[in-house]
Amino acid sequence: MPVLNIKKFSFTYPGVDHPSLKNINLPIKKNKITALIGPSGCGKSTLLRSMNRIHDLYPGNKYEGKIEFTDENKQISDILDIKKENEFIELRQKIGMIFQKPTPFPMSIFDNVAYGLKIAGVKNKTELADRVEVALKGSALWKEVHDRLNKSAMGLSGGQQQRLCIARAVAVKPEVLLFDEPTSALDPISTGAIEELIVELKKDVSIAIVTHNMQQASRISDYTAFMYLGDLVEYDKTENIFLNPKEKKTEDYITGRFG
Amino acid sequence: MRLLINKIFLSLSVLSALIGLAFLAWILITLFIKGLGSFHFGLFLNDLIDGGLRNLIIGQFILAGLASIIGIPLGMAAGIYIQEYGQGRYANIIRDLSDIMMSAPSIVIGAFVYAVVVVPTGGTSGFAGAIALAIMMIPVVINTTDNMLSLVPRELREAGIALGASKYKVIIDIVIKAAKVGIMTGILLAFARIIGETAPLLFTSETSNYFSLNLTESFPSLTVSIYDLANEPEEASRDLAWAASFILTVLVLIINLSGRFITRNKK
Ligand SMILES: Nc1ncnc2c1ncn2[C@@H]1O[C@H](COP(=O)(O)OP(=O)(O)OP(=O)(O)O)[C@@H](O)[C@H]1O
Ligand SMILES: [Mg+2]
Repeated sequence: MPVLNIKKFSFTYPGVDHPSLKNINLPIKKNKITALIGPSGCGKSTLLRSMNRIHDLYPGNKYEGKIEFTDENKQISDILDIKKENEFIELRQKIGMIFQKPTPFPMSIFDNVAYGLKIAGVKNKTELADRVEVALKGSALWKEVHDRLNKSAMGLSGGQQQRLCIARAVAVKPEVLLFDEPTSALDPISTGAIEELIVELKKDVSIAIVTHNMQQASRISDYTAFMYLGDLVEYDKTENIFLNPKEKKTEDYITGRFG
Repeated sequence: MRLLINKIFLSLSVLSALIGLAFLAWILITLFIKGLGSFHFGLFLNDLIDGGLRNLIIGQFILAGLASIIGIPLGMAAGIYIQEYGQGRYANIIRDLSDIMMSAPSIVIGAFVYAVVVVPTGGTSGFAGAIALAIMMIPVVINTTDNMLSLVPRELREAGIALGASKYKVIIDIVIKAAKVGIMTGILLAFARIIGETAPLLFTSETSNYFSLNLTESFPSLTVSIYDLANEPEEASRDLAWAASFILTVLVLIINLSGRFITRNKK
């Protein structure tokens, strides 16, 4: 049973007369990493941003189809049905997101990681401290920051900031993490650290990651979806996509003939 | 030919810049010579009735402080509304209104407050003065808040939402914090502007020779008293006006510089 099951999904931005995503069918499997690849503008971010409904920050989007979410109690619900504020909060605590540019909040390292926990209603000081520590350890950041938790997060390096954002998302114990090109603003060493971390995380969460980096997709993902002009062209095990793709378009793309 | 025009143009701009600077220097030098000539620390210890400026300086700060207490929350609230919630039309109407208010001559604001506050309440008062100053301040605060919030990257807001925070919590906890330094600097500059104003106070709070904390009657004001003193025939009054102008200028300079200092250090 996939944790997210996208069915006949179409998406249209406000003021645009044609859909940016057309009839997408895609599973995000439990405790696996699914990579979304494809040329710029094909709709990878649009699809990823539908899974936590962050599009709804801006009014007027049109969703069609279903995105079924199976939670830890095997309850199935359609993400696209959500309307109430408290349901959105719940959804986003279960499905976290990490962006391309690191987005540390202008507060201390501790408060950054504790932010989502406080929203979830965790008030107890020792519980907060414990869970912040666990999240920072789980994001391979604890060693570097444990003696300056009360310093501003803005003082961290880009790679550390990105790991902080992962810690912040992990702290609330989500079931799914969505990554939108999380390493494209980072140097190779930080990129390596983040990749390792993402692979490590799949023990506990299911992951969807958008990437422009073909090597990255083949290194870390279990499944790969190739998108083109708003269509899902091919979805398969990553090795199949890279070693013997069924579609001509996929082959052209992964061999670098366009993109 | 082109070179010649270039040269003429350059010399003209340098010349006009020099003229401007010369006048500024002239004003400041006169102010410092005349002001320092009549300056002594006793001015801070006595009220105007005893030949000092104490009540006026305190009064001016109280008026500007009260104006800030009224103006900062209102201005910030309006700025937050138009940047974060306003959709199109309403936001633009408020923005335009605020721009118009910003360019309204301060004497007009004084006259307006005279008509709607002083006349109905039966006389000049510290409150009326503070309201006039608040009206001067609000558009500046709206403008700064609006601009500074617009500089906060979209991704930061999205990151807050993605953690489950509601929109208003993201604004309060994250967006305003990220824009804090800019907003604070803008507010400080707005404060520096209103503390040196005369026209809005001239017929709203007037001034008083005595120390007072009673905001329902005429209230001591440094700027209005400078205006009064400068119009008096005795040499002593005019000397006092110079000293008061000197103190006011130094105050405004300090506030302005600290505004710049904050921005430089936090960026
Ligand atoms: N807010 C928006 N309003 C209207 N159209 C949009 C909006 N955002 C994206 N689009 C369009 O939707 C399509 C898909 O964009 P999307 O950002 O999902 O592509 P992407 O695959 O993530 O590209 P990239 O690799 O460059 O990030 C593009 O044609 C884009 O122009
Ligand atoms: Mg994208």
